Amino acid sequence: MPDASEPFAIATHQLRKCFDHFVALEGLSLQVPHACIFGLLGPNGAGKSTAIKMLTTLLDPTSGSATVAGFDIARQPVEVRRHIGYVPQMLSADGALTAIENLNLSARLQGLRGAERRARVKEALAFAGLEATASKLVRAYSGGMIRRLEIAQATLHNPQVLFLDEPTIGLDPIARRTVWERLEHLREKGTTILITTHDMEEADTLCDELAILHQGRLAVVGKPESLKAQVGENASLDDVFVHFSGVGLEQGGDYRGTRDSRDAIQRLG
Amino acid sequence: MNRLLSYLNETFAVCDAEVRKLIRDPTELLSRAIQPVLWLAVFGQVFSQVRGIPTGNLRYLDFMAPGILAQSILFSAIFYGIAIIWERDLGIVHKLLVTPAHRSALIMGKAFAAGLRGLVQAAVVYLVAIALHVEIRWELMPILTVAAGVFVGSCIFSTFSLVIACIVKTRERFMGIGQVLTMPLFFASNAIYPLELMPGWLKVIAVCNPLTYLVDALRSGMIVGGTSVYALTTSFAVMLSVFTVLLLLAARLYPGLAR
Ligand SMILES: Nc1ncnc2c1ncn2[C@@H]1O[C@H](COP(=O)(O)OP(=O)(O)O)[C@@H](O)[C@H]1O
Ligand SMILES: [Mg+2]
Repeated sequence: MPDASEPFAIATHQLRKCFDHFVALEGLSLQVPHACIFGLLGPNGAGKSTAIKMLTTLLDPTSGSATVAGFDIARQPVEVRRHIGYVPQMLSADGALTAIENLNLSARLQGLRGAERRARVKEALAFAGLEATASKLVRAYSGGMIRRLEIAQATLHNPQVLFLDEPTIGLDPIARRTVWERLEHLREKGTTILITTHDMEEADTLCDELAILHQGRLAVVGKPESLKAQVGENASLDDVFVHFSGVGLEQGGDYRGTRDSRDAIQRLG
Repeated sequence: MNRLLSYLNETFAVCDAEVRKLIRDPTELLSRAIQPVLWLAVFGQVFSQVRGIPTGNLRYLDFMAPGILAQSILFSAIFYGIAIIWERDLGIVHKLLVTPAHRSALIMGKAFAAGLRGLVQAAVVYLVAIALHVEIRWELMPILTVAAGVFVGSCIFSTFSLVIACIVKTRERFMGIGQVLTMPLFFASNAIYPLELMPGWLKVIAVCNPLTYLVDALRSGMIVGGTSVYALTTSFAVMLSVFTVLLLLAARLYPGLAR
């Protein structure tokens, strides 16, 4: 599935976003190889969601450029959308619809029709492990089931690149593990996955490569092993984080960020 | 051809999802039906007795029935934007916007769902009108005219509501503006008094008000002896143009909700 002519699934060059005079993301330059799970780490307010929203064409960059799946996010937004999936930080499955209806909606908007659509929706239900509850309203689902449904919705069209913003926030450890398994499965099929997280364990077990963001700036990029080795023997990722950003994860963030993630936790139950 | 097909497919997808939600939650539909009942049964009956508003050979109750139908369409469609703000506060808008679907198809799907809802509401108003012995026209063409008017009218006001929602972005501000807008739209129209009776300044506003054209088209379509001031083609041309403009505007503003 990866397009061999493009060396990277995602490449950003000096990507920058200001809200009025506030700089949310400062000159981000990153290269994400194909078929890997790339983790964007940082405390609340670091600029992770802002970066994802620009890469998914929801937000226009203030300056800089980026390509996703080989397409320019500013000049070819529709092509980018055809080749990506996105699971927002907030709850994106519609609680007033069933799982099948949610999947049908996404499939149709992705341009899938007729027998192909029905086949893909069926596969997606199996992938999410929701066949038994497919006709129940999503409102009645647990947080883990909703996340699995959202991932299934976002991958109906076999996107080359999948973006997930804090995919396991508020989930219990078992539900979290099932989400990880789904993502690992997608990576094996060749999907490139970019997740944001402020969970070090998630970054450590799941991600092939990490970038640490702090206050809108890129502090460091590398494989988890090599980052830990750079900091010292027996260093944990927490140590890596403190070393490169100068702050502990718990100290970062602001009111808005905290509120947003709390909201997400509450909604996902 | 292919593009048109995918456009229709996208519109259908959104409309289908919206209609399913509406069917599941009919309370709102029913609660909105209470208002026209009150208007017709109380206001209409009383003013028919008083003969305070000259409406030619028409009984006042008959004259105002199409106006109240239009009003019920306006009042329920104008709060459609609330749902969009809700979808924004969750991540549903974001999810829709990262698909390659045409922005205006997403809006059109919602507008069509509002149109279908309007038709159900029209059926309720017809029932009330029958109960009050309003003389309804039962020929095919007039009924189709009313159905088309109700559908397009619902599309107009729901899309207008969506535009407002995209601008104000929060529920509180939206509720405030929604209340402020509906009453002037209603009273600066021919819904409960004829255009000729209005003072000059009000008439100018009424002529710019899409609700006036909806009411005018409904008046000859719904009521025995009812007459339209404008030709039906004029009224529908105005309404379709207004809808097109609102649709394009909403399609431009909608992506701003995800920022
Ligand atoms: N639409 C917006 N308007 C103004 N400021 C914003 C907006 N979105 C995000 N921010 C600010 O930008 C910074 C980065 O936010 P965000 O990307 O959501 O962080 P993260 O996802 O890493 O928690 C925060 O300080 C946040 O308050
Ligand atoms: Mg975030």
